[in-house]
Amino acid sequence: MPAASPRVAFPPNWPARIGWLVLAAYVVWATAQLDFTWERFVSGIDNGSRFLSRMFPPAFGADKVEMIVKGLTESLQITFIATVLGIALSLPIGLMAARNLMPAWVVWPARTLIAVSRSFHEVVVAIIFVKAVGFGAMAGIGALVVGSIGFVAKLFAEAIEEISPKQVEAVRATGASFMSVVLFGVLPQVFSRFLGFATYQFDSNLRHSTMIGIVGAGGIGGTLFAAFQRFDYDFVCAILISIIVLIMIGEIISNFVRALFSENLSVIEWFRRKAPERRDKAVAVVEG
Amino acid sequence: MSAQPGMAAAEREWKRFTPEQRFLRFGFFFFVVAAVVWSLKTIQVIPEFLYDAPEQVKDFFERMWPMDTAYYAKSVHAALIETLNIATLGTLLCMVFALPIGMMAARNLVPFWPLNVFAKFLLVATRSVNTLVWALLFIAIFGPGALAGTLAIAFRSIGFVGKLFGEALEEAQKGPIEALTATGAPKASVFIKGYWPQVMPAFWSIALFRWDINVRESAVLGLVGAGGIGMAMDAAMNLFRWDQVAVVLATVFVVVIIAEVVVTVIRKRLI
Amino acid sequence: MTMTDRSIEIRRLTKEYTRGVPVLKGIDLTIKGEGITAIIGPSGTGKSTLIRCINRLIDPTSGEILFQGKNLAALQGAELRAARRKIGMVFQEYNLVERLTVMENVLTGRLGYMSAFDAWLRRFTKTDIEEAFQLLDAVGLAAFANQRADSLSGGQRQRVGIARALMQHPDLLLADEPTSSLDPKTSVEIMEIMAEMAGKRNIPVIVNIHNVELAKRFCQRMIGMTGGKVVFDGAPSALTESDLKAIYGGQDWLH
Repeated sequence: MPAASPRVAFPPNWPARIGWLVLAAYVVWATAQLDFTWERFVSGIDNGSRFLSRMFPPAFGADKVEMIVKGLTESLQITFIATVLGIALSLPIGLMAARNLMPAWVVWPARTLIAVSRSFHEVVVAIIFVKAVGFGAMAGIGALVVGSIGFVAKLFAEAIEEISPKQVEAVRATGASFMSVVLFGVLPQVFSRFLGFATYQFDSNLRHSTMIGIVGAGGIGGTLFAAFQRFDYDFVCAILISIIVLIMIGEIISNFVRALFSENLSVIEWFRRKAPERRDKAVAVVEG
Repeated sequence: MSAQPGMAAAEREWKRFTPEQRFLRFGFFFFVVAAVVWSLKTIQVIPEFLYDAPEQVKDFFERMWPMDTAYYAKSVHAALIETLNIATLGTLLCMVFALPIGMMAARNLVPFWPLNVFAKFLLVATRSVNTLVWALLFIAIFGPGALAGTLAIAFRSIGFVGKLFGEALEEAQKGPIEALTATGAPKASVFIKGYWPQVMPAFWSIALFRWDINVRESAVLGLVGAGGIGMAMDAAMNLFRWDQVAVVLATVFVVVIIAEVVVTVIRKRLI
Repeated sequence: MTMTDRSIEIRRLTKEYTRGVPVLKGIDLTIKGEGITAIIGPSGTGKSTLIRCINRLIDPTSGEILFQGKNLAALQGAELRAARRKIGMVFQEYNLVERLTVMENVLTGRLGYMSAFDAWLRRFTKTDIEEAFQLLDAVGLAAFANQRADSLSGGQRQRVGIARALMQHPDLLLADEPTSSLDPKTSVEIMEIMAEMAGKRNIPVIVNIHNVELAKRFCQRMIGMTGGKVVFDGAPSALTESDLKAIYGGQDWLH
């Protein structure tokens, strides 16, 4: 140790300091690209307040409600079909993508399929499907099925890769066939996680089903986009409120399904659990 | 072989589930089947379009190939940089909001339930509105362009980052915090020296994860006019230049894969 | 019911995980179709590998394993599965499927006898279920039939493991360190149960075991392995201190 150098309790962390400087420089540069000016901000505030005042009260007239119900119904139908189909396809694809169970020549095609499905946003995929099968719900279903495969199959494969090989070994040792090993040795280990992915995907599909209408793939998104373009902001507000309510109901349902399957809760237990002390309950209600 | 030592036990039934569980499960499957049947019946399926689909797809790919690679330098590159800026700035901006709201939502940090509920309400509200809707709202306020896109990404992400950050805070170990509180440290110091070191890796990891998602999301913002690579795609589609659309799609694919790899590598080093 | 031949013959069995580094160096063994045979030896000497080669959880590099007229070392696909279902196995860490119930774990022993579709729907025959209950009675766990396996203690899990293996109606029972994760009292209980239940059914048992005293107490034949080779083979009473020195090396531990 050099004799005179004083001891430093907190040595300067140069990589971190340089990192922060680079980040700050980037933020300045990137913000400049947005061409965000003071005038724009002021007129924005102005626009914003006008916009908000035109949103309220939301338009819930009889004709509007009819359009909302029709749009939401279609979104819901797209969600149901796409989720069931997507999950049904994700199971085998996810299984094929698990490196600990499958040979490489099965894994790589499955992984490529998943990577491609994951890379594109549902709305982009919807555009392609609109081109392939025309405007309407069919295109939306196709887009959401692709999205479901990208998410559920990927996480399912990862969950399978993390299972305990010992339990699988024991089932193999009984002379069970490959499918039986999967059913008794693999699936029980990943089932509750899979359920989590599947119900999450249901929620996610429900959200996206309300958006893909923007590119003509069915559901309430088309109505919403049209209302925006007509500056019909009170109708926009009504549609948004309805969408949020639908999504929250969806989340409650998927929480229930998760509890039903993974924890084998009975209805009474579920309600009992849903009624903890007051504070927790309030939080739980907000969380949906 | 004497596998059965002649037990006279009455025949015992073995059932996997209790009757109630079975009823609920049956009810669930019945509901799923009914919902799908109902959906299939009422949804507008135009068979002619379906028969046509393979041909349309073939036609589609033929128009896409060969790609108009010159389009990349002409429009896509600038739009791509804009997309990455939207995603990055949006994520950074989101963190500015998500940090305090997430803290407010953590019950161990803020032991005052109305604030917890308020914070959770904010988080749910921002998550429930889709990025594209946020984009449409901000376009209505600030006009089309990357600014609206950045704000849309930021606002949609607050709920996601804030929720996960709040949960990470709630899972923080009590020991170090009690030790600090016992020294009489002020609350801010307890947070900086007690909570923050525990949740910092989680916080950055959540932010990176969201950035990865935002790269994907910011690619579609352009379809509603909120800047980025989606604008280039929209322009090409309006002209039916599928060979240019193909360039955009290929670019998005490559960038998304790279972003995912980058995030995975950084997260591994963080944790 | 005529007894099928339950003896097993191992000839020049070798296993190399890395080329040129054999873990098993030409094992030759003939084990009669009855009684308990214990394999003792230091850790990493290939005991587990030897046992796992028999039911082919590990593929041997060369050699033959003759059992009921078949060379187990060469079997593939359906034939291998048919052979495996006649060989029960008890594992060191029990290897129960933790998220399945005790009953489902025991019935796992029947998977080799039924289609995957029936297995999926849990369509086990009445006799299978009744037999599973009887096995659980015998190991004292019938009351736990509908509990999840991960709610059991180690000793209880190993009992389920034994019931699962016997559910296969095996002609041979392999046990890989069945007591190494258990306390001394439970270890003895597990060995007692295994010896009694296998004895009643005339199933020969091959057991890897670390505890020499426990091995001496329950087995009729002891095989000492070291460095991938058999260095002792004989009755427990014939095992001397110098044999143990040869097997484990050193002598301080003996006293």
